[in-house]
Amino acid sequence: MSNKKFSKQHEWVSVEGDVATIGITKHAVEMLGDIVFVELPEKGKNVEKEGQAGVVESTKAASDVYTPISGEVVENNQSIVDDPSKINSDPENEGWFFKLKIKNKSEIDTLMNEEEYNKFAKESNN
Amino acid sequence: METQKTALYNYHESLGAKFMPFAGYEMPVQYPYGIIEEHKITRSNAGLFDVSHMGQLLIEGNEDLAIELEKIIPTDLKTIKLNQSKYSFLTNEDGGIYDDLIVTKVKKGFSIILNAACKNNDFKIIKTALGNKFMITLHKNLSLIALQGPKSSEILEKNINGVLSLKFMNGNKFTYKDEDIYITRSGYTGEDGFEISIPNNLVEDFAKKLITHGAKPIGLGARDTLRLEAGLCLYGHDINESTTPIEANLKWAISKRRRKEGGFVGYSKIKSDMNGQLTRLRVGVKPEGKIIAREGVRIFSKDGQEIGSITSGTFGPSVNSSIAMGYVKYDFSKPGTKVILEVREKKYDAKISELPFYKKNYAR
Repeated sequence: MSNKKFSKQHEWVSVEGDVATIGITKHAVEMLGDIVFVELPEKGKNVEKEGQAGVVESTKAASDVYTPISGEVVENNQSIVDDPSKINSDPENEGWFFKLKIKNKSEIDTLMNEEEYNKFAKESNN
Repeated sequence: METQKTALYNYHESLGAKFMPFAGYEMPVQYPYGIIEEHKITRSNAGLFDVSHMGQLLIEGNEDLAIELEKIIPTDLKTIKLNQSKYSFLTNEDGGIYDDLIVTKVKKGFSIILNAACKNNDFKIIKTALGNKFMITLHKNLSLIALQGPKSSEILEKNINGVLSLKFMNGNKFTYKDEDIYITRSGYTGEDGFEISIPNNLVEDFAKKLITHGAKPIGLGARDTLRLEAGLCLYGHDINESTTPIEANLKWAISKRRRKEGGFVGYSKIKSDMNGQLTRLRVGVKPEGKIIAREGVRIFSKDGQEIGSITSGTFGPSVNSSIAMGYVKYDFSKPGTKVILEVREKKYDAKISELPFYKKNYAR
């Protein structure tokens, strides 16, 4: 069972100590289609919960990526910048976007668990 | 206005299509394998596209009709051979483009394929120009499908005997299940291929046959990446009522005689464009790196002067890079010219590029 948490903007968060790894969900990737470009927040940047923290572009369109929680970017995944198709092939592992030093752990509690998210994704279908 | 569906809608649905509204129609944008894979299938094998949303217009008449039509369409209609097709436009008074089209000389007169979003307006323009002298029909009972890619001739020949002998930009009448269908060797992908005009009641059956013989269904998403790699214009984006064919780098589509003699709507502007008054030109733009430059992205010279903007851009799966088209000031239109693109307030290096980005030989 995954300990991942999920946002309504279709991001996932996986927490290890003070650090959260963030990416976009399998459902989001299915909606977007083939991803051909990604822009990530720079290391050292402070991002705010639900604020813009990157861009993904499919062959069709560009979409903003939001961060589900606040924090300082401690690492970003250059391998998906070099090969964006990794996001399509493995969105919730190899296709992670960035890691944050968590600012406020209570923000994590406001997110959905996997079961809640799957239900949300199915109902919203967007 | 209620969204319309093509006769193949249920078939697309059964194949797992994702739909989007396009020009008033609910059209398949992609199938389960996705745009990049669909694009590659079309380049290496054969893709089947439903383009029934496009207008299929028939104007009946002979020499008189050719003379009248030449006043609104700047191509050689007086000398066009039976079953020959030409790429052309409906031009406006300012030399702009109401629509781009394919006109084919058929026995009864001229058959014209029009863009879906323009077809009703085109009908009015043509009707106004021709008056009541000729019978004009915008077909509602015909579907249009395109079979594109290197395997398309082989697949189509298995179903319709004789298509192999068609030359590029030529067509002919064939029969399928005792009904007339009209096939031209043409397309919008930069590949060899065919467009098949077929009655609505037969189209699903026919599409299934092509799929059985190896063609794969392809959505409008891949149609867009394919045409952009091939350097082909998308109406409403790369060309519109304010761009002239000369600015759009489509001078080749206006025949020598028509360029010299004129006699069509908008000629004075087009003539001055040809005689050195041209201020901007449609060009290919190749960003360095992976950044995608989409419609509206502003183009700057190396010294910071704004020189134009992007009209279409995407990732080109066969050239494996970001590609775009746009208009730049004439002085900056030479291939190789270094430019700067502004995407989401950041600057990216790019180069003016030759078109097409991807080139393949057509069957001649």
